[in-house]
Amino acid sequence: MIRIEPRQTQSRAFTLGVPILSAIIALGFAAIPLLAAGANPIQAYQEMFRGVFGSVFAFSEVLTRATPLIFTGLAAALAFRAKLWNIGAEGQLYLGAMAAVAVGSGVLDVHGILLLPLIVVLGAAAGAAGMVAPTYLKIRFGADEVVTTLLLNFIILIFVQMMLEGVLQDPMSLGWPQSAPILDQGMLPPLIERMRVHSGLIVALLLAGLAQFMLARSVWGFRLRAVGENAAAARHAGINVNRSLFGVAILSGGLAGLAGVSEVAGLKGYLTSDLSPGFGYTGIVVAMLAGLSPVGVVIAALFIASVFVGADSMSRAMGVSSFLADLVVSVSLLCVLVGGFFARYRIVRASTSGVTS
Amino acid sequence: MTTVLKLNGLSKHFGPVIANDNVSLILNKGEVLALLGENGAGKTTLMNMLFGHYLPDSGSIDVADEAGVLQPLPLGHPQVALAAGVGMVHQHFTLAENISALDNITLGSEPLLALRRSRQEAREKIQAIIDRSGLTAPLDTPVGRLSVGERQRVEILKALYRQARILVLDEPTAVLTPQEADTLFENIRMMTDEGLSVIFISHKLREVLAFSDRIAVLRHGRKVGEMATSEADEKSIARMMVGADTPELAGGTMAPGVPVLSLSGVSVPGRSKRDTLSSVDLTVHAHEILGIAGVSGNGQSGLANVISGLVQPEQGLIKVDGVEIGTLNPAAMIRAGVGRIPEDRHHEGIVGAMSVAENMVIERLGDSDVQSRGLLRREAIEENAARLAKAYDVRGPGVEAPARLLSGGNIQKLILARVFDRAPRLILANQPTRGLDMGAAAEVGRRLLEARARGAGVVLISEDLDEILGLADRIVVIRDGELHEAPGRDREQIGLMMAGEPA
Repeated sequence: MIRIEPRQTQSRAFTLGVPILSAIIALGFAAIPLLAAGANPIQAYQEMFRGVFGSVFAFSEVLTRATPLIFTGLAAALAFRAKLWNIGAEGQLYLGAMAAVAVGSGVLDVHGILLLPLIVVLGAAAGAAGMVAPTYLKIRFGADEVVTTLLLNFIILIFVQMMLEGVLQDPMSLGWPQSAPILDQGMLPPLIERMRVHSGLIVALLLAGLAQFMLARSVWGFRLRAVGENAAAARHAGINVNRSLFGVAILSGGLAGLAGVSEVAGLKGYLTSDLSPGFGYTGIVVAMLAGLSPVGVVIAALFIASVFVGADSMSRAMGVSSFLADLVVSVSLLCVLVGGFFARYRIVRASTSGVTS
Repeated sequence: MTTVLKLNGLSKHFGPVIANDNVSLILNKGEVLALLGENGAGKTTLMNMLFGHYLPDSGSIDVADEAGVLQPLPLGHPQVALAAGVGMVHQHFTLAENISALDNITLGSEPLLALRRSRQEAREKIQAIIDRSGLTAPLDTPVGRLSVGERQRVEILKALYRQARILVLDEPTAVLTPQEADTLFENIRMMTDEGLSVIFISHKLREVLAFSDRIAVLRHGRKVGEMATSEADEKSIARMMVGADTPELAGGTMAPGVPVLSLSGVSVPGRSKRDTLSSVDLTVHAHEILGIAGVSGNGQSGLANVISGLVQPEQGLIKVDGVEIGTLNPAAMIRAGVGRIPEDRHHEGIVGAMSVAENMVIERLGDSDVQSRGLLRREAIEENAARLAKAYDVRGPGVEAPARLLSGGNIQKLILARVFDRAPRLILANQPTRGLDMGAAAEVGRRLLEARARGAGVVLISEDLDEILGLADRIVVIRDGELHEAPGRDREQIGLMMAGEPA
């Protein structure tokens, strides 16, 4: 008889090794469709590597791509730590972006230096607002937040499209559904001249560090971990579980909103309804790959951004489809999940014969 | 009479706890055997070994085959037990609520890859069983819409459909009204007349005496008695269940002090009998251990939930140390000086993934030696943990290790350390020694007596009457969500009160 038993101890090497091994295995699996497409996998991976580390510009592109993923990854990781399944980062990202262009494109007469902080704060607040209703419904009626946050994504996206063809539409856009651009003083300054990587990355890194510190060292983090790991015991110990959930929901929504702010105010300058190629959903993958650790989120976001940027350059160089990037990301997530299972459980063969002593 | 089942010297332990110790039992064809015992006496463990859910440490089981010849049963395989004609109806039903009774009965007994299901054939077969046994149930209604009694009949039909010759019913009447219970026993009688043999687990003396042929009593995992029902009476069974001698009060007596907890007219509308309280009055004094005795599921959870602050009662007044508690929640009770030892220490007592040190301060995160300006004082927390681990002998891989790595006894010591270190005015100890070995259990008792000597009041909820008789200054019996003060320390009388007989 085969039984699956939880492991008593998890070795540190195992927790660190599983994601790395998963990434390598995923690249190995991805060689199969590459071969099928008629490409030499080794050459393809060389192209991919060059696309990531080949030049300062290449790597700056990876950093640019990683920035929103760090925000959405943190949004998912913190919420998931409390077992609050926020699948709505995509929608919250658009709420944040919409708030950013709404105040940043000159509608409000704000003194120059105050505009950027205002955009950031209101963007985060808009994202946080997106979590209020799902969390209230969960606490009050037990509504499953997976469903409510997921469905809100579509509602918000359609709302954004409506606004982009309505009040937020740029009068100068010749009928295109896009917003007016954010004023120059409202933009996040670039980090390197003539490259796209912007100071949103610094904000993301600071927040990741702060989140890591607060989770481990603050009373707030203590409560959050207790609620996530065993809500019944947390409640019994006098922790207000609902308040903790609400707090982390607001924070998670705010971080996702910042992803939107960072994309419009750091990169695009204006809002269209295709601002995000699924950063909100990819953030969930980032968080899972990171084992819900904030610092891990930074590493996982860099990995996934590398795969995407590298696959783009590989597909240009070798003429294979860049959808391969999605494949590598999905397979590495599957590998991590399977690996995580083996890190937590072991398979034991138990004998049932010979007990009649 | 032919024997259809023999359990030969079955033993089973879980860690240091002995659940069954060399239990032998025989069951004859067409017989109703009642298996009696207090909670934790090992009845369910014994039946789970019979059914293959647990693997015995030693011992063997023989089951009669269709020809009536006893054959050894391979242990640890529920499928094999089923095939040998052993059917079990668990206390908690195992039915799929969204499909019909008919489908529930046939579920799992059909070949996986059959091209078509012979529903008509199945229906006729079930109807024949219904006609023979009198176990009626609407076959085409989804189980979710059936009453509890009907669901139980579906469970029994499911076992009979699989040609069970031996039927085990685990506390079948716990969920039934008295009328439903009577009908059930009539049906059982019809089935045994057809040759079925039945073991039913119970701790209700009345129904055991009225409906069984033979009685076997378990206590502390051992079979302590067996007799024909015709020769038994309530007193003799009660004595067997709870033991003959009353243990000495471990700590001597003490003069009670001022009231530290008083409940007056407290009512909790629970979801089930186990967490319902109806207009309860209770006073606990300083220097007093109050024992709450009762059969499991009679409102103990409801009482514990109120004293823990987990549930706000619908009516009634609660005072701790003379101060009325308005809004009841765990934090308010902790502030008022109530220390709580929860019933389920893994589920409610600790956060297993967090460290031993963190679990030791989880109830006092606001204190200035735990945090300053919202940041944890890690060194102080660690020092506190090292001190408590030493004082309360919490052993394990260290205070920074996750609490789930501790053994059950050490988890309980962790909780004791957390509770007693704050010198609480009132202590709620809910099943504090369940699942602990002798040493750890004695430690719990010693700490409770120490707290009493210091001037705390203690509410000790336990299903182990020995524990209550050994520690409590005063005993109250809980039954159907009501409290009844026991007139003395007479074990037999308390046993009868617990079983619902007039004292």
